[in-house]
Amino acid sequence: MSCIEDKFAQLRATYPKELNSSLVMPFLRIMLDEKKHLGESDAVFIATYLDLPPMQVKEALTWYTMFYRQPVGKHVIKICRNIACSLMGAERLIDHISAKLGIKPGETTPDGRFTLLLVECLASCGTAPAMQIDDDYHEQLTEGTIDQILKGLS
Amino acid sequence: MSEKIFFNFPVTADSHTLAAYKKRGGYQALETALKTMQPIDVEKEVMASGLRGRGGAGFPTGSKWSFVNKKAPVVYLCCNADEGEPGTFKDRWIFEHSSHQLIEGMILASYALNVRNAFIYIRGEFDLPYRRLMEAMSEVYQAGYLGENILGSGFSCDIRVMQGGGAYVCGEESSLYTSIEGFKGYPRNKPPFPAVQGLYKAPTVVNNVETLANVPWIIANGAKAFSAMGTEKHPGTKLFGVSGHVAKPGLHELPLGYPLKKLIYEDCGGILNGKQLKAVIPGGSSTPILLPKDVETANLDAECLATFRTMLGSGGVIVISEGICMVRLLQVLSRFYAHESCGQCTPCREGSAWMNDIISRIVAGKGSKGDLESLERITKGIMGNTVCALGDAASMPVINFITKFRTEFDYYIEHGRSMNDGRLEI
Repeated sequence: MSCIEDKFAQLRATYPKELNSSLVMPFLRIMLDEKKHLGESDAVFIATYLDLPPMQVKEALTWYTMFYRQPVGKHVIKICRNIACSLMGAERLIDHISAKLGIKPGETTPDGRFTLLLVECLASCGTAPAMQIDDDYHEQLTEGTIDQILKGLS
Repeated sequence: MSEKIFFNFPVTADSHTLAAYKKRGGYQALETALKTMQPIDVEKEVMASGLRGRGGAGFPTGSKWSFVNKKAPVVYLCCNADEGEPGTFKDRWIFEHSSHQLIEGMILASYALNVRNAFIYIRGEFDLPYRRLMEAMSEVYQAGYLGENILGSGFSCDIRVMQGGGAYVCGEESSLYTSIEGFKGYPRNKPPFPAVQGLYKAPTVVNNVETLANVPWIIANGAKAFSAMGTEKHPGTKLFGVSGHVAKPGLHELPLGYPLKKLIYEDCGGILNGKQLKAVIPGGSSTPILLPKDVETANLDAECLATFRTMLGSGGVIVISEGICMVRLLQVLSRFYAHESCGQCTPCREGSAWMNDIISRIVAGKGSKGDLESLERITKGIMGNTVCALGDAASMPVINFITKFRTEFDYYIEHGRSMNDGRLEI
Protein backbone atom coordinates (compact mmCIF):
# COMPACT_ATOMS: atom_id res chain seq x y z
CA MET A 1 0.00 0.00 0.00
CA SER A 2 2.84 2.41 0.67
CA CYS A 3 3.42 3.26 -2.99
CA ILE A 4 -0.27 3.96 -3.45
CA GLU A 5 -0.37 6.04 -0.29
CA ASP A 6 2.57 8.11 -1.53
CA LYS A 7 0.68 8.86 -4.73
CA PHE A 8 -2.49 9.64 -2.77
CA ALA A 9 -0.63 12.05 -0.51
CA GLN A 10 1.11 13.72 -3.43
CA LEU A 11 -2.13 14.40 -5.26
CA ARG A 12 -4.05 15.36 -2.13
CA ALA A 13 -1.46 18.06 -1.40
CA THR A 14 -2.51 19.83 -4.63
CA TYR A 15 -6.26 19.84 -3.78
CA PRO A 16 -7.76 22.42 -1.43
CA LYS A 17 -9.79 20.99 1.45
CA GLU A 18 -13.15 21.94 -0.07
CA LEU A 19 -12.40 19.73 -3.08
CA ASN A 20 -11.55 16.68 -0.94
CA SER A 21 -14.41 14.62 -2.35
CA SER A 22 -13.12 15.24 -5.89
CA LEU A 23 -10.23 12.92 -5.12
CA VAL A 24 -12.45 9.83 -5.29
CA MET A 25 -12.18 9.34 -9.08
CA PRO A 26 -8.42 10.05 -9.29
CA PHE A 27 -7.75 7.76 -6.32
CA LEU A 28 -9.78 4.91 -7.81
CA ARG A 29 -7.77 5.33 -11.00
CA ILE A 30 -4.43 5.34 -9.16
CA MET A 31 -5.46 2.22 -7.29
CA LEU A 32 -6.66 0.49 -10.45
CA ASP A 33 -3.38 1.22 -12.25
CA GLU A 34 -1.50 -0.29 -9.31
CA LYS A 35 -3.71 -3.34 -8.60
CA LYS A 36 -5.37 -4.05 -12.01
CA HIS A 37 -8.70 -4.81 -10.38
CA LEU A 38 -10.46 -3.47 -7.34
CA GLY A 39 -12.67 -4.81 -4.57
CA GLU A 40 -14.85 -3.49 -1.81
CA SER A 41 -11.92 -3.21 0.59
CA ASP A 42 -10.21 -0.80 -1.80
CA ALA A 43 -13.27 1.45 -1.82
CA VAL A 44 -13.38 1.35 1.98
CA PHE A 45 -9.66 2.16 2.10
CA ILE A 46 -10.15 5.26 -0.08
CA ALA A 47 -13.23 6.32 1.89
CA THR A 48 -11.33 6.02 5.17
CA TYR A 49 -8.35 7.89 3.73
CA LEU A 50 -10.57 10.76 2.55
CA ASP A 51 -12.95 10.58 5.51
CA LEU A 52 -15.96 10.04 3.24
CA PRO A 53 -18.91 7.64 3.59
CA PRO A 54 -17.75 4.18 2.39
CA MET A 55 -21.01 3.78 0.45
CA GLN A 56 -20.17 6.80 -1.73
CA VAL A 57 -16.89 5.24 -2.89
CA LYS A 58 -18.39 1.75 -3.17
CA GLU A 59 -21.12 3.14 -5.43
CA ALA A 60 -18.59 4.92 -7.59
CA LEU A 61 -16.42 1.80 -7.83
CA THR A 62 -19.30 -0.38 -8.96
CA TRP A 63 -20.95 2.13 -11.29
CA TYR A 64 -18.07 3.09 -13.63
CA THR A 65 -17.21 0.40 -16.14
CA MET A 66 -13.50 1.16 -16.24
CA PHE A 67 -12.95 0.10 -12.62
CA TYR A 68 -12.59 -3.66 -13.09
CA ARG A 69 -13.84 -5.77 -10.24
CA GLN A 70 -12.70 -9.11 -11.65
CA PRO A 71 -9.12 -10.09 -12.41
CA VAL A 72 -8.17 -9.18 -15.97
CA GLY A 73 -5.44 -10.53 -18.21
CA LYS A 74 -2.00 -9.01 -18.66
CA HIS A 75 -3.37 -7.17 -21.68
CA VAL A 76 -6.92 -5.86 -21.89
CA ILE A 77 -8.24 -5.61 -25.43
CA LYS A 78 -11.19 -3.26 -25.84
CA ILE A 79 -12.72 -3.44 -29.26
CA CYS A 80 -15.37 -0.96 -30.32
CA ARG A 81 -18.79 -2.26 -31.37
CA ASN A 82 -20.54 1.06 -31.87
CA ILE A 83 -22.03 2.51 -35.03
CA ALA A 84 -19.06 3.87 -37.01
CA CYS A 85 -16.91 0.83 -36.28
CA SER A 86 -19.82 -1.51 -37.10
CA LEU A 87 -20.21 0.20 -40.49
CA MET A 88 -16.52 -0.49 -41.14
CA GLY A 89 -16.48 -4.15 -40.16
CA ALA A 90 -16.27 -4.32 -36.35
CA GLU A 91 -18.39 -7.50 -36.19
CA ARG A 92 -16.05 -9.33 -38.55
CA LEU A 93 -13.02 -8.21 -36.52
CA ILE A 94 -14.63 -9.15 -33.21
CA ASP A 95 -15.25 -12.66 -34.58
CA HIS A 96 -11.68 -12.81 -35.85
CA ILE A 97 -10.04 -11.75 -32.60
CA SER A 98 -12.39 -13.97 -30.61
CA ALA A 99 -11.45 -17.00 -32.72
CA LYS A 100 -7.78 -16.11 -32.64
CA LEU A 101 -7.68 -15.90 -28.85
CA GLY A 102 -10.13 -18.77 -28.38
CA ILE A 103 -12.30 -16.76 -25.99
CA LYS A 104 -15.63 -14.99 -26.10
CA PRO A 105 -15.94 -11.27 -25.36
CA GLY A 106 -15.82 -10.74 -21.62
CA GLU A 107 -13.48 -13.69 -21.07
CA THR A 108 -9.77 -14.02 -20.28
CA THR A 109 -7.45 -16.53 -21.96
CA PRO A 110 -6.54 -19.48 -19.68
CA ASP A 111 -2.88 -18.38 -19.66
CA GLY A 112 -3.99 -15.00 -18.28
CA ARG A 113 -2.45 -13.02 -21.14
CA PHE A 114 -5.53 -11.46 -22.73
CA THR A 115 -8.94 -10.19 -21.67
CA LEU A 116 -11.30 -9.34 -24.52
CA LEU A 117 -13.91 -6.66 -23.92
CA LEU A 118 -16.46 -5.08 -26.25
CA VAL A 119 -16.76 -1.35 -25.65
CA GLU A 120 -18.84 1.54 -26.93
CA CYS A 121 -17.49 4.45 -28.98
CA LEU A 122 -13.79 5.21 -28.40
CA ALA A 123 -13.96 8.46 -30.43
CA SER A 124 -12.05 6.85 -33.30
CA CYS A 125 -14.95 7.01 -35.76
CA GLY A 126 -12.93 8.66 -38.53
CA THR A 127 -10.29 5.95 -38.25
CA ALA A 128 -12.68 3.04 -37.67
CA PRO A 129 -12.58 0.18 -36.93
CA ALA A 130 -10.69 0.73 -33.71
CA MET A 131 -9.57 -1.01 -30.55
CA GLN A 132 -7.60 -0.12 -27.47
CA ILE A 133 -5.05 -2.50 -25.98
CA ASP A 134 -4.18 -1.43 -22.44
CA ASP A 135 -3.63 2.30 -23.03
CA ASP A 136 -2.77 2.30 -26.73
CA TYR A 137 -5.25 3.01 -29.51
CA HIS A 138 -5.06 0.93 -32.72
CA GLU A 139 -7.09 2.20 -35.64
CA GLN A 140 -8.08 1.39 -39.22
CA LEU A 141 -7.84 -2.26 -38.25
CA THR A 142 -7.87 -5.26 -40.55
CA GLU A 143 -7.52 -8.94 -39.70
CA GLY A 144 -3.89 -8.66 -40.81
CA THR A 145 -2.99 -5.71 -38.60
CA ILE A 146 -4.74 -7.30 -35.62
CA ASP A 147 -2.62 -10.45 -36.04
CA GLN A 148 0.52 -8.33 -36.20
CA ILE A 149 -0.39 -6.25 -33.17
CA LEU A 150 -1.15 -9.34 -31.09
CA LYS A 151 2.11 -10.97 -32.18
CA GLY A 152 4.03 -7.89 -31.05
CA LEU A 153 2.69 -8.10 -27.49
CA SER A 154 4.76 -9.79 -24.80
CA MET B 1 -12.62 31.15 -48.04
CA SER B 2 -13.28 31.22 -44.35
CA GLU B 3 -10.51 31.62 -41.81
CA LYS B 4 -9.56 28.71 -39.57
CA ILE B 5 -9.58 28.76 -35.83
CA PHE B 6 -8.19 25.26 -35.37
CA PHE B 7 -6.61 23.99 -38.58
CA ASN B 8 -4.38 27.05 -38.97
CA PHE B 9 -0.98 25.38 -38.56
CA PRO B 10 0.75 22.32 -40.00
CA VAL B 11 0.80 19.41 -37.56
CA THR B 12 4.41 18.46 -36.84
CA ALA B 13 6.24 16.46 -34.17
CA ASP B 14 6.29 19.46 -31.82
CA SER B 15 3.42 21.67 -33.00
CA HIS B 16 1.55 20.85 -29.77
CA THR B 17 4.22 22.37 -27.49
CA LEU B 18 4.02 25.70 -25.68
CA ALA B 19 6.88 27.13 -27.75
CA ALA B 20 5.10 26.31 -31.01
CA TYR B 21 1.77 27.61 -29.70
CA LYS B 22 3.37 30.89 -28.63
CA LYS B 23 5.00 31.23 -32.04
CA ARG B 24 1.50 31.05 -33.53
CA GLY B 25 0.46 33.93 -31.29
CA GLY B 26 -0.66 31.76 -28.39
CA TYR B 27 -1.33 33.29 -24.96
CA GLN B 28 -1.31 36.79 -26.46
CA ALA B 29 -5.09 36.99 -26.06
CA LEU B 30 -4.64 36.11 -22.40
CA GLU B 31 -1.93 38.72 -21.89
CA THR B 32 -4.05 41.37 -23.60
CA ALA B 33 -7.14 40.44 -21.62
CA LEU B 34 -5.39 40.44 -18.25
CA LYS B 35 -3.72 43.79 -18.97
CA THR B 36 -6.39 45.74 -20.80
CA MET B 37 -9.76 44.09 -20.28
CA GLN B 38 -12.11 43.80 -17.34
CA PRO B 39 -13.68 40.35 -16.81
CA ILE B 40 -17.02 41.73 -18.04
CA ASP B 41 -15.33 42.87 -21.28
CA VAL B 42 -14.27 39.29 -22.00
CA GLU B 43 -17.83 38.10 -21.41
CA LYS B 44 -19.23 40.88 -23.60
CA GLU B 45 -16.84 40.00 -26.41
CA VAL B 46 -17.88 36.34 -26.28
CA MET B 47 -21.54 37.38 -26.10
CA ALA B 48 -21.12 39.69 -29.11
CA SER B 49 -19.34 36.98 -31.12
CA GLY B 50 -22.49 34.85 -31.03
CA LEU B 51 -20.44 31.76 -30.09
CA ARG B 52 -22.73 28.82 -29.36
CA GLY B 53 -21.86 25.62 -27.52
CA ARG B 54 -20.08 23.05 -29.68
CA GLY B 55 -20.92 19.99 -27.57
CA GLY B 56 -24.42 19.38 -28.86
CA ALA B 57 -27.11 21.70 -27.56
CA GLY B 58 -25.75 24.84 -29.26
CA PHE B 59 -26.66 27.17 -26.39
CA PRO B 60 -25.17 30.69 -26.67
CA THR B 61 -21.96 30.68 -24.61
CA GLY B 62 -22.10 34.36 -23.65
CA SER B 63 -25.63 33.96 -22.29
CA LYS B 64 -24.59 30.90 -20.30
CA TRP B 65 -21.79 32.93 -18.75
CA SER B 66 -24.07 35.90 -18.09
CA PHE B 67 -26.40 33.79 -15.91
CA VAL B 68 -23.64 33.29 -13.35
CA ASN B 69 -23.44 35.54 -10.31
CA LYS B 70 -19.76 36.45 -10.42
CA LYS B 71 -19.93 37.89 -6.92
CA ALA B 72 -20.72 34.47 -5.46
CA PRO B 73 -18.00 33.32 -3.07
CA VAL B 74 -17.09 30.42 -5.36
CA VAL B 75 -17.73 29.90 -9.08
CA TYR B 76 -16.60 26.79 -10.93
CA LEU B 77 -15.78 26.15 -14.56
CA CYS B 78 -15.86 22.59 -15.90
CA CYS B 79 -14.60 21.71 -19.33
CA ASN B 80 -16.62 18.85 -20.72
CA ALA B 81 -14.05 16.61 -22.41
CA ASP B 82 -15.98 13.37 -21.95
CA GLU B 83 -16.20 13.03 -25.72
CA GLY B 84 -18.32 9.93 -26.21
CA GLU B 85 -21.21 10.68 -28.55
CA PRO B 86 -20.86 7.99 -31.22
CA GLY B 87 -19.58 9.60 -34.41
CA THR B 88 -17.69 12.37 -32.61
CA PHE B 89 -13.90 12.61 -32.55
CA LYS B 90 -13.09 16.32 -32.58
CA ASP B 91 -12.07 17.10 -28.99
CA ARG B 92 -9.47 14.39 -29.24
CA TRP B 93 -7.79 16.34 -32.04
CA ILE B 94 -7.74 19.51 -29.94
CA PHE B 95 -6.04 17.68 -27.06
CA GLU B 96 -3.54 15.94 -29.29
CA HIS B 97 -2.55 18.98 -31.31
CA SER B 98 -3.65 22.15 -29.56
CA SER B 99 -4.16 21.57 -25.81
CA HIS B 100 -2.82 25.06 -25.14
CA GLN B 101 -5.65 26.59 -27.11
CA LEU B 102 -8.13 24.95 -24.74
CA ILE B 103 -6.12 25.90 -21.66
CA GLU B 104 -5.86 29.54 -22.79
CA GLY B 105 -9.60 29.56 -23.45
CA MET B 106 -10.25 28.17 -19.97
CA ILE B 107 -8.07 30.79 -18.30
CA LEU B 108 -9.92 33.51 -20.22
CA ALA B 109 -13.28 32.02 -19.27
CA SER B 110 -12.17 31.71 -15.65
CA TYR B 111 -11.12 35.36 -15.68
CA ALA B 112 -14.50 36.38 -17.09
CA LEU B 113 -16.41 34.25 -14.59
CA ASN B 114 -14.24 34.88 -11.52
CA VAL B 115 -13.29 31.20 -11.26
CA ARG B 116 -10.49 30.19 -8.91
CA ASN B 117 -10.70 26.43 -9.51
CA ALA B 118 -11.53 24.96 -12.90
CA PHE B 119 -11.74 21.35 -14.00
CA ILE B 120 -11.17 19.44 -17.20
CA TYR B 121 -13.16 16.19 -17.14
CA ILE B 122 -11.51 14.07 -19.82
CA ARG B 123 -12.82 10.65 -20.77
CA GLY B 124 -10.98 7.85 -19.08
CA GLU B 125 -10.06 5.89 -22.19
CA PHE B 126 -8.09 8.73 -23.80
CA ASP B 127 -4.37 8.07 -23.65
CA LEU B 128 -2.42 10.31 -26.06
CA PRO B 129 -4.91 13.18 -25.63
CA TYR B 130 -4.48 12.89 -21.85
CA ARG B 131 -0.70 12.74 -22.01
CA ARG B 132 -0.53 15.72 -24.36
CA LEU B 133 -2.84 17.69 -22.07
CA MET B 134 -0.74 16.88 -19.02
CA GLU B 135 2.45 17.92 -20.83
CA ALA B 136 0.76 21.20 -21.75
CA MET B 137 -0.43 21.69 -18.16
CA SER B 138 3.08 21.41 -16.75
CA GLU B 139 4.40 23.80 -19.42
CA VAL B 140 1.68 26.30 -18.54
CA TYR B 141 2.36 26.19 -14.81
CA GLN B 142 6.08 26.65 -15.44
CA ALA B 143 5.40 29.63 -17.68
CA GLY B 144 3.22 31.25 -15.01
CA TYR B 145 -0.03 31.30 -17.01
CA LEU B 146 -1.73 29.31 -14.25
CA GLY B 147 -1.46 29.43 -10.48
CA GLU B 148 -1.14 32.43 -8.18
CA ASN B 149 -1.15 35.99 -9.53
CA ILE B 150 -1.07 35.15 -13.25
CA LEU B 151 1.32 37.47 -15.13
CA GLY B 152 1.25 39.87 -12.22
CA SER B 153 -2.43 40.65 -12.78
CA GLY B 154 -3.60 39.65 -9.34
CA PHE B 155 -5.83 37.02 -10.91
CA SER B 156 -5.22 33.47 -9.69
CA CYS B 157 -6.57 30.29 -11.18
CA ASP B 158 -5.89 26.56 -11.10
CA ILE B 159 -7.06 23.91 -13.53
CA ARG B 160 -7.33 20.31 -12.41
CA VAL B 161 -7.62 17.42 -14.82
CA MET B 162 -9.87 14.52 -13.94
CA GLN B 163 -10.20 11.28 -15.86
CA GLY B 164 -13.65 9.75 -16.31
CA GLY B 165 -14.57 6.15 -15.61
CA GLY B 166 -16.06 5.11 -18.93
CA ALA B 167 -19.62 6.38 -18.52
CA TYR B 168 -21.32 7.99 -21.54
CA VAL B 169 -23.83 9.79 -19.33
CA CYS B 170 -21.02 11.77 -17.65
CA GLY B 171 -20.99 13.94 -20.77
CA GLU B 172 -24.31 15.32 -19.49
CA GLU B 173 -23.41 18.45 -17.55
CA SER B 174 -24.94 17.66 -14.18
CA SER B 175 -23.72 14.07 -14.36
CA LEU B 176 -20.26 15.44 -15.11
CA TYR B 177 -20.04 17.57 -12.00
CA THR B 178 -21.62 14.87 -9.88
CA SER B 179 -18.75 12.67 -11.04
CA ILE B 180 -16.23 15.42 -10.25
CA GLU B 181 -17.71 15.48 -6.74
CA GLY B 182 -16.67 11.84 -6.41
CA PHE B 183 -20.05 10.14 -6.81
CA LYS B 184 -21.53 7.79 -9.37
CA GLY B 185 -22.58 10.06 -12.22
CA TYR B 186 -26.34 10.34 -11.76
CA PRO B 187 -27.66 13.44 -13.55
CA ARG B 188 -29.63 15.95 -11.46
CA ASN B 189 -32.98 17.58 -11.96
CA LYS B 190 -33.03 21.09 -13.38
CA PRO B 191 -33.82 23.62 -12.06
CA PRO B 192 -31.69 24.51 -10.25
CA PHE B 193 -29.56 25.06 -13.33
CA PRO B 194 -25.79 24.75 -12.96
CA ALA B 195 -25.35 28.52 -13.36
CA VAL B 196 -27.20 28.82 -10.05
CA GLN B 197 -26.28 25.58 -8.30
CA GLY B 198 -23.82 23.17 -9.87
CA LEU B 199 -20.55 21.68 -8.66
CA TYR B 200 -20.50 21.60 -4.84
CA LYS B 201 -23.75 23.61 -4.98
CA ALA B 202 -21.86 26.65 -6.32
CA PRO B 203 -22.61 28.51 -9.57
CA THR B 204 -20.99 26.46 -12.35
CA VAL B 205 -20.40 26.75 -16.06
CA VAL B 206 -19.92 23.58 -18.09
CA ASN B 207 -18.55 24.18 -21.58
CA ASN B 208 -17.38 21.80 -24.29
CA VAL B 209 -13.70 21.60 -25.27
CA GLU B 210 -14.23 23.11 -28.72
CA THR B 211 -16.37 25.93 -27.31
CA LEU B 212 -13.67 27.01 -24.86
CA ALA B 213 -10.91 26.61 -27.45
CA ASN B 214 -12.69 29.22 -29.63
CA VAL B 215 -12.37 31.89 -26.95
CA PRO B 216 -8.69 32.91 -27.46
CA TRP B 217 -9.37 33.48 -31.17
CA ILE B 218 -12.39 35.63 -30.36
CA ILE B 219 -10.42 37.77 -27.91
CA ALA B 220 -7.45 38.05 -30.29
CA ASN B 221 -9.44 38.80 -33.45
CA GLY B 222 -12.58 40.36 -32.08
CA ALA B 223 -16.21 39.34 -31.98
CA LYS B 224 -16.87 40.87 -35.41
CA ALA B 225 -14.30 38.74 -37.20
CA PHE B 226 -15.85 35.66 -35.57
CA SER B 227 -19.43 36.50 -36.38
CA ALA B 228 -18.40 37.25 -39.97
CA MET B 229 -17.92 33.50 -40.39
CA GLY B 230 -20.71 30.96 -40.50
CA THR B 231 -24.35 31.99 -40.55
CA GLU B 232 -25.96 34.96 -38.85
CA LYS B 233 -27.58 32.87 -36.13
CA HIS B 234 -24.84 30.27 -35.90
CA PRO B 235 -21.53 32.04 -36.43
CA GLY B 236 -17.98 30.76 -36.54
CA THR B 237 -16.43 27.55 -37.72
CA LYS B 238 -17.06 24.04 -36.47
CA LEU B 239 -15.11 20.82 -36.41
CA PHE B 240 -17.01 18.13 -38.30
CA GLY B 241 -15.96 14.51 -37.99
CA VAL B 242 -17.11 12.41 -40.90
CA SER B 243 -17.21 8.65 -40.44
CA GLY B 244 -18.84 5.62 -41.99
CA HIS B 245 -19.10 4.96 -45.70
CA VAL B 246 -17.20 7.81 -47.31
CA ALA B 247 -14.06 7.48 -49.41
CA LYS B 248 -12.06 9.75 -47.11
CA PRO B 249 -13.35 9.87 -43.54
CA GLY B 250 -11.83 12.44 -41.22
CA LEU B 251 -12.06 15.74 -39.42
CA HIS B 252 -12.84 19.02 -41.22
CA GLU B 253 -13.03 22.58 -39.96
CA LEU B 254 -15.76 24.38 -41.88
CA PRO B 255 -17.81 27.54 -41.51
CA LEU B 256 -21.24 26.80 -40.05
CA GLY B 257 -23.90 26.65 -42.71
CA TYR B 258 -21.64 24.61 -44.99
CA PRO B 259 -23.60 22.38 -47.39
CA LEU B 260 -23.75 18.78 -46.15
CA LYS B 261 -23.69 17.48 -49.71
CA LYS B 262 -20.46 19.32 -50.45
CA LEU B 263 -18.87 17.94 -47.30
CA ILE B 264 -19.74 14.36 -48.23
CA TYR B 265 -19.14 14.45 -51.98
CA GLU B 266 -16.27 16.95 -52.31
CA ASP B 267 -14.37 17.08 -49.03
CA CYS B 268 -14.79 13.40 -48.22
CA GLY B 269 -14.59 12.05 -51.76
CA GLY B 270 -18.16 10.71 -51.98
CA ILE B 271 -19.55 7.38 -50.90
CA LEU B 272 -17.14 4.48 -50.40
CA ASN B 273 -16.69 2.21 -53.42
CA GLY B 274 -18.87 4.50 -55.56
CA LYS B 275 -22.06 3.30 -53.83
CA GLN B 276 -25.26 5.29 -53.46
CA LEU B 277 -26.09 7.12 -50.27
CA LYS B 278 -28.76 5.62 -48.03
CA ALA B 279 -28.83 7.91 -45.00
CA VAL B 280 -26.81 10.36 -42.93
CA ILE B 281 -26.79 10.91 -39.18
CA PRO B 282 -25.73 14.55 -39.04
CA GLY B 283 -24.60 15.25 -35.49
CA GLY B 284 -23.75 12.16 -33.48
CA SER B 285 -25.81 9.02 -32.95
CA SER B 286 -28.57 10.74 -30.96
CA THR B 287 -29.59 13.10 -33.77
CA PRO B 288 -32.43 12.17 -36.15
CA ILE B 289 -31.38 10.65 -39.46
CA LEU B 290 -31.46 12.39 -42.87
CA LEU B 291 -32.46 10.76 -46.16
CA PRO B 292 -30.62 11.36 -49.48
CA LYS B 293 -33.25 13.87 -50.61
CA ASP B 294 -32.62 15.90 -47.42
CA VAL B 295 -28.87 15.83 -48.00
CA GLU B 296 -29.39 17.67 -51.31
CA THR B 297 -30.33 20.90 -49.53
CA ALA B 298 -29.30 20.55 -45.90
CA ASN B 299 -26.72 22.98 -44.53
CA LEU B 300 -24.69 22.35 -41.42
CA ASP B 301 -26.06 24.90 -38.97
CA ALA B 302 -28.61 24.62 -36.20
CA GLU B 303 -31.39 26.57 -37.92
CA CYS B 304 -31.22 24.78 -41.25
CA LEU B 305 -31.03 21.31 -39.69
CA ALA B 306 -34.00 22.18 -37.46
CA THR B 307 -36.11 22.56 -40.60
CA PHE B 308 -35.30 18.89 -41.27
CA ARG B 309 -36.29 18.08 -37.68
CA THR B 310 -32.78 17.11 -36.75
CA MET B 311 -29.84 18.74 -35.00
CA LEU B 312 -26.25 19.78 -35.55
CA GLY B 313 -25.34 18.03 -32.29
CA SER B 314 -21.63 17.55 -31.81
CA GLY B 315 -20.79 17.59 -35.53
CA GLY B 316 -20.32 13.84 -35.86
CA VAL B 317 -21.53 13.08 -39.39
CA ILE B 318 -22.12 9.35 -39.90
CA VAL B 319 -22.64 8.32 -43.53
CA ILE B 320 -24.51 5.12 -44.39
CA SER B 321 -24.34 3.52 -47.83
CA GLU B 322 -27.04 1.67 -49.75
CA GLY B 323 -27.39 -2.02 -48.93
CA ILE B 324 -27.00 -1.58 -45.17
CA CYS B 325 -29.57 -3.23 -42.91
CA MET B 326 -31.20 -0.47 -40.89
CA VAL B 327 -32.79 -2.97 -38.49
CA ARG B 328 -29.44 -4.34 -37.40
CA LEU B 329 -27.94 -0.84 -37.36
CA LEU B 330 -30.68 0.26 -34.98
CA GLN B 331 -29.82 -2.73 -32.80
CA VAL B 332 -26.25 -1.40 -32.52
CA LEU B 333 -27.65 1.91 -31.25
CA SER B 334 -30.32 0.47 -28.96
CA ARG B 335 -27.71 -1.82 -27.38
CA PHE B 336 -25.49 1.22 -26.78
CA TYR B 337 -28.19 3.29 -25.08
CA ALA B 338 -29.41 0.36 -23.00
CA HIS B 339 -25.81 -0.19 -21.89
CA GLU B 340 -25.22 3.47 -21.04
CA SER B 341 -28.53 4.24 -19.32
CA CYS B 342 -27.35 5.15 -15.82
CA GLY B 343 -30.13 3.43 -13.91
CA GLN B 344 -31.58 6.44 -12.11
CA CYS B 345 -34.92 6.96 -13.91
CA THR B 346 -37.22 4.00 -14.40
CA PRO B 347 -38.55 4.99 -17.86
CA CYS B 348 -35.05 5.15 -19.33
CA ARG B 349 -33.51 2.26 -17.38
CA GLU B 350 -36.34 -0.17 -18.18
CA GLY B 351 -37.42 1.38 -21.47
CA SER B 352 -34.02 1.41 -23.13
CA ALA B 353 -33.56 -2.25 -22.18
CA TRP B 354 -37.05 -3.20 -23.45
CA MET B 355 -36.42 -1.44 -26.74
CA ASN B 356 -33.13 -3.28 -27.11
CA ASP B 357 -34.83 -6.59 -26.26
CA ILE B 358 -37.57 -6.06 -28.85
CA ILE B 359 -35.16 -4.94 -31.57
CA SER B 360 -32.83 -7.84 -30.79
CA ARG B 361 -35.77 -10.23 -31.00
CA ILE B 362 -36.68 -8.84 -34.43
CA VAL B 363 -33.04 -9.22 -35.53
CA ALA B 364 -33.08 -12.84 -34.30
CA GLY B 365 -36.00 -13.47 -36.69
CA LYS B 366 -38.57 -13.74 -33.90
CA GLY B 367 -40.29 -10.41 -34.37
CA SER B 368 -44.05 -10.33 -34.11
CA LYS B 369 -46.85 -8.12 -35.27
CA GLY B 370 -47.24 -5.17 -32.96
CA ASP B 371 -43.53 -4.94 -32.09
CA LEU B 372 -43.12 -1.61 -33.85
CA GLU B 373 -46.19 -0.24 -32.09
CA SER B 374 -44.72 -1.41 -28.78
CA LEU B 375 -41.50 0.41 -29.58
CA GLU B 376 -43.40 3.59 -30.35
CA ARG B 377 -45.36 3.28 -27.13
CA ILE B 378 -42.16 2.80 -25.09
CA THR B 379 -40.50 5.87 -26.59
CA LYS B 380 -43.55 7.93 -25.61
CA GLY B 381 -43.18 6.65 -22.07
CA ILE B 382 -39.54 7.67 -21.95
CA MET B 383 -39.38 11.01 -23.72
CA GLY B 384 -39.80 13.96 -21.41
CA ASN B 385 -40.10 11.71 -18.37
CA THR B 386 -36.47 11.44 -17.33
CA VAL B 387 -34.00 13.63 -15.45
CA CYS B 388 -31.56 13.97 -18.35
CA ALA B 389 -31.67 13.76 -22.13
CA LEU B 390 -30.23 10.25 -22.43
CA GLY B 391 -33.73 8.81 -22.51
CA ASP B 392 -34.68 11.10 -25.37
CA ALA B 393 -31.41 10.29 -27.14
CA ALA B 394 -32.21 6.58 -26.85
CA SER B 395 -35.76 7.07 -28.13
CA MET B 396 -35.16 9.36 -31.08
CA PRO B 397 -33.18 6.93 -33.25
CA VAL B 398 -35.83 4.24 -32.62
CA ILE B 399 -38.71 6.48 -33.70
CA ASN B 400 -36.71 7.76 -36.62
CA PHE B 401 -35.47 4.46 -37.96
CA ILE B 402 -38.83 2.72 -37.76
CA THR B 403 -40.62 5.67 -39.35
CA LYS B 404 -38.18 6.36 -42.16
CA PHE B 405 -37.34 2.72 -42.95
CA ARG B 406 -40.70 1.17 -42.08
CA THR B 407 -40.72 -1.28 -45.00
CA GLU B 408 -37.39 -2.75 -43.89
CA PHE B 409 -38.70 -3.31 -40.39
CA ASP B 410 -42.01 -4.77 -41.63
CA TYR B 411 -40.14 -7.10 -43.99
CA TYR B 412 -37.78 -8.29 -41.24
CA ILE B 413 -40.69 -9.04 -38.90
CA GLU B 414 -42.76 -10.78 -41.57
CA HIS B 415 -40.00 -12.89 -43.10
CA GLY B 416 -37.74 -13.29 -40.09
CA ARG B 417 -34.76 -12.05 -42.06
CA SER B 418 -33.21 -8.86 -43.37
CA MET B 419 -34.04 -7.29 -46.73
CA ASN B 420 -30.33 -6.49 -46.98
CA ASP B 421 -28.63 -9.72 -45.85
CA GLY B 422 -28.24 -8.15 -42.41
CA ARG B 423 -25.33 -6.20 -43.76
CA LEU B 424 -23.59 -3.50 -41.67
CA GLU B 425 -20.44 -2.98 -43.73
CA ILE B 426 -20.22 -2.52 -47.49
